[in-house]
Amino acid sequence: MVGVTEPLLLAVVVATALAFDFTNGFHDTGNAMATSIATRALKPKAAVILSASLNMVGAFLSLTVAATIATGIVDSGVVTLAVVLAGLAGGIVWNLITWLFGLPSSSSHALIGGVVGAVLAAAGTEGVLWSGLTAKVLIPALVAPIVAILVGTIATWLVARITRDVEQETNDKMFRWGQIGSASLVSLAHGTNDAQKSMGIILLALIAGGAVPADSGVPFWVIVSCALAMALGTYMGGWRVIRTLGKGLVELESRQGMAAETSSAAVILLSSHFGYSLSTTHVATGSILGSGVGMKGASVRWSVAGRMFAAWLITVPSAAIVGAVFYWIDTAIGGVAGSYTVFGLLIVIAFVIYLWSRRKPINSKNVNDSWDPAQDSEAYIAESVSVHRPEVMKVKRKRLRKAQKRLRKQQQAEEDRLASEALAAEDPAQVSVRDLSRDQQEER
Amino acid sequence: MNQFVEWDALANILIFGILVGAGLPTLFAFGVRLLAGPGAADAQGHVSRGRTVGAFVCFGLVVLAIAGAVAYIAAGGH
Repeated sequence: MVGVTEPLLLAVVVATALAFDFTNGFHDTGNAMATSIATRALKPKAAVILSASLNMVGAFLSLTVAATIATGIVDSGVVTLAVVLAGLAGGIVWNLITWLFGLPSSSSHALIGGVVGAVLAAAGTEGVLWSGLTAKVLIPALVAPIVAILVGTIATWLVARITRDVEQETNDKMFRWGQIGSASLVSLAHGTNDAQKSMGIILLALIAGGAVPADSGVPFWVIVSCALAMALGTYMGGWRVIRTLGKGLVELESRQGMAAETSSAAVILLSSHFGYSLSTTHVATGSILGSGVGMKGASVRWSVAGRMFAAWLITVPSAAIVGAVFYWIDTAIGGVAGSYTVFGLLIVIAFVIYLWSRRKPINSKNVNDSWDPAQDSEAYIAESVSVHRPEVMKVKRKRLRKAQKRLRKQQQAEEDRLASEALAAEDPAQVSVRDLSRDQQEER
Repeated sequence: MNQFVEWDALANILIFGILVGAGLPTLFAFGVRLLAGPGAADAQGHVSRGRTVGAFVCFGLVVLAIAGAVAYIAAGGH
């Protein structure tokens, strides 16, 4: 019986690992390409094609495989296929949720979180090496953006200062090239780094399932399928995340984009060189923020950044909860059927999130639309009035009452004036003001 | 805190990160300035040979650094 069921279970784990690889590419396109898309150095479609190809090349480029996941974070003795499956599922679900909200968050942290949760469910708190988790995941998540903001700020400030008396048009034209080059480098590094994680997971699963000997290298089909899954994910483009990174944080121009991507590439490569890996996502986001800080006259939307930081802090615990729940479901049903249930559930959840995203789709067409036409509360009020949607109006009650009082007073004065001038006919503008106030009173 | 933060690695990342991450864009910016900055082109719109050479030295260094990074990734340092 083992001979029949094991290959199927193995296939489920491999498929889930490839699915994670897909969401990884999908989620992280923005790290490399958001700035190039936002500054229109590349057309959106061209950017994701470039990034996808480079991710693919990167996956083939270096074959020193990260053969273990979550080394030094969980007790490797308790990592079974069921744990890996639940962990992957947790990572995928968290990746999809953050994508839905357009929040860039680290895919590897999501994976680690999922595995940690599954291990907690499987072996209890002893299974997790807490100091390793703190030192390798939680602290770097705080440190990475700070380092990247610093480097990005200095780079942008210097660039802006040196080229301040060069014509804007020339600047844009020339820095675009630098931008494309540096963004390509980030894509390449991402392909090498992250595709290997999935390869490592699949290799582990194959070894655990007895499909290949324990000292085997990565089979060629694994390399090809991982590279393809990631490239396909990248090509699909996580437009929501791209939009947040490119338009949501800072209004970027080419010089900032170039400085940000170069500092991202430098920090990512240096951090892995010095053996203190920082998340690509955190570094890229930090660099973009830095490019806003270093540029005179550019404003940074710290509220968007704050939401992002919050998402990073809860990435590991949230993915852990999902991973743990999946593990419980798996073991509660038991055996191979449990794994199939997890896989089926994963498909259902992914589909639901996809449907949800269709309610407000973001794609290559509208990825560069201006971030938020109604930024301040007055614009919100104007919008809510013009489309008669009071729910988008978020104002303090006190201010609302005051505003209404003012409006009534104004209208009273207007009517008095009209009466005194004894106008026979009311012009259309007056009518609309009346209608407006009547509507508002009804709403109250 | 020492067991949780690898200060040495962090300091290295920060120092070299600033040198490389800010240095390369700066070089590039100097290149752009040499080619298109104020006073680069004379009345006929020609850029002097010295400036052109200087600019391409700057760009060349940047390209070299990128090529080096690709080689580094390919060599498995990543």
